[in-house]
Amino acid sequence: MKSAVAWPALILGCLGFGLLYIPITVMVIYSFNASRLVSVWGGFSTHWYSALLGNEQVLDALGKSIWIAVNAATYSTVFGVLIALAFVRFGNFRFRLLLSALASTPLVMPEVVTGLSLLLLFIAMEGVFGWPAGRGLDTIIIAHSTFGMCFAAVVVQSRLREFDMALEEAAADLGARQPFIFFSITLPVIAPAVIAAWLLAFTLSFDDLVIASFVSGPGSSTLPIVIFSKVRLGVTPEINALATIMIALIASCVVVAGLLFYSRSARTTSSSNRER
Amino acid sequence: MQGLASIIQTHGRRIVIALPLAWLIVFFMLPLIEVFEVSFTTARRGIPPFAPLWGFGEDGFFTNFNLENYKLLFAYWEDYFWPAGNSLRLAFFSTLICLVFAYPMAWWIARSNPLHRIILLVLVMLPFWTSSLLRIYALIGLLNPNGFINTMLLHLGVIDAPLQMMQTDFSIYMGMVLTYLPLMILPLYAVMVRLDGDLIEAAVDLGASRFAVLRTIILPLTMPGIIAGCLLVFIPAVGEFVIPALLGGPGQAMIGKTVWLEFFRNRDWPVASAVAVVLLALLAVPIIYARYQDGRRSQFEIDQEDAA
Repeated sequence: MKSAVAWPALILGCLGFGLLYIPITVMVIYSFNASRLVSVWGGFSTHWYSALLGNEQVLDALGKSIWIAVNAATYSTVFGVLIALAFVRFGNFRFRLLLSALASTPLVMPEVVTGLSLLLLFIAMEGVFGWPAGRGLDTIIIAHSTFGMCFAAVVVQSRLREFDMALEEAAADLGARQPFIFFSITLPVIAPAVIAAWLLAFTLSFDDLVIASFVSGPGSSTLPIVIFSKVRLGVTPEINALATIMIALIASCVVVAGLLFYSRSARTTSSSNRER
Repeated sequence: MQGLASIIQTHGRRIVIALPLAWLIVFFMLPLIEVFEVSFTTARRGIPPFAPLWGFGEDGFFTNFNLENYKLLFAYWEDYFWPAGNSLRLAFFSTLICLVFAYPMAWWIARSNPLHRIILLVLVMLPFWTSSLLRIYALIGLLNPNGFINTMLLHLGVIDAPLQMMQTDFSIYMGMVLTYLPLMILPLYAVMVRLDGDLIEAAVDLGASRFAVLRTIILPLTMPGIIAGCLLVFIPAVGEFVIPALLGGPGQAMIGKTVWLEFFRNRDWPVASAVAVVLLALLAVPIIYARYQDGRRSQFEIDQEDAA
């Protein structure tokens, strides 16, 4: 074999990356187009970025989306850690089968079904308890936490399985008791996975259109809902600018995380080589 | 505080299990039961816009149970069951196209040196972390009659009139690949990176052709990744709403969009619930199969841990 990868595979691979990146690249370029028309290049301009900063509707929706995502990600992570602890540490407890079915089905549930079902529940609860009175940010946070915790649990579980139990046993031998052991030993060790779970839950919440559309009330439009209503009216340079900002933010986060991960894995491989 | 600490110590396990279990029962299981219930009631004016399935009135127990919504789905099958079948068709071919692109991409990543591997993985993960709505939106800018591709081709003189790419199966497949390709690559990569290169070398030394190596060694050993990736793409693709709504026309009707329109446009919640039940029925087999595969995999991991 001359190379590890045959050339037909390389061509298909390049095409695949092209499919992923060409639409985004073109959009980023056109966000700097002075002309409102997509088909005409009117010269370089940052006009659409300043127009975006003056758009109250978009800024208001952005604020709501961030508030919802921060809350939903936090609840998701706390509950996700609990689910992961139950599965990894507790062996065969009584409701294991039920919990594992309930914690994995939301991962594959179609969004329209999740959204519709939660709305029906909120309506029924309002009829019986008088809560939630109308629908707003609270109901979106509950909906996003429900599927977010299932994704968070998957991320934390894989890390928790690799956890060296000798650390906890040593702490117990030295007289530490359980909640203290968890917060001072276990949590710091699994922290990277907990942070990753929080970020995943944040993005899932921040990007969600379908479920939020069902469970949001009037006046609680999130950013994806606003974008969706604008996109249906056609491609606008303002949305190009907004998308470019969001993609740039996420790209820098992912690149930093990738570099951190690479330097950490390089360090651990070199140290484990030394041990041998 | 002393009291709280001792409660946590004595009931810690129970609290850890009970909190998420209670949440998921209330906010996931009950709502699904509610969808089944509402699909058997009738619509009416008022809040909520459907009759209660059962209750206690002046004359004692009453029920509104009926099959009218499901009869309606059969009576107007071309409005309800046709999109359902169409969803299966579009999701099936989308999965296949994703597999064709993802397989060599994952192989390429798995066979790279560590630094290139991280770079390529970041390139795969980056679109996964960005909003799928914005990626679909970017695709519209590319495929529109006055979009980037048509403008370029007209400018170069390749075509005389804009190509109709939006609202075709082609635009749906492009949207699906753009959205779900990373979900296919990651499980394939996970099995390929663990594949023992010595097996391939041994086969090549013994005179196997590249095709024979692919067919007899690589494909069988990466089959778990293929199955996992196909399920990860097919299941959400069947219920997809954003892609048919923004990229598809009448010929690309999908059942997720039918639920949405029935709910938001026709405001008929019972019929929307009945369509949602049909969607769940379509997905029951692949979801149960995915659970089964998942269970087998975690059992395998537990066995390995015990052996180690």
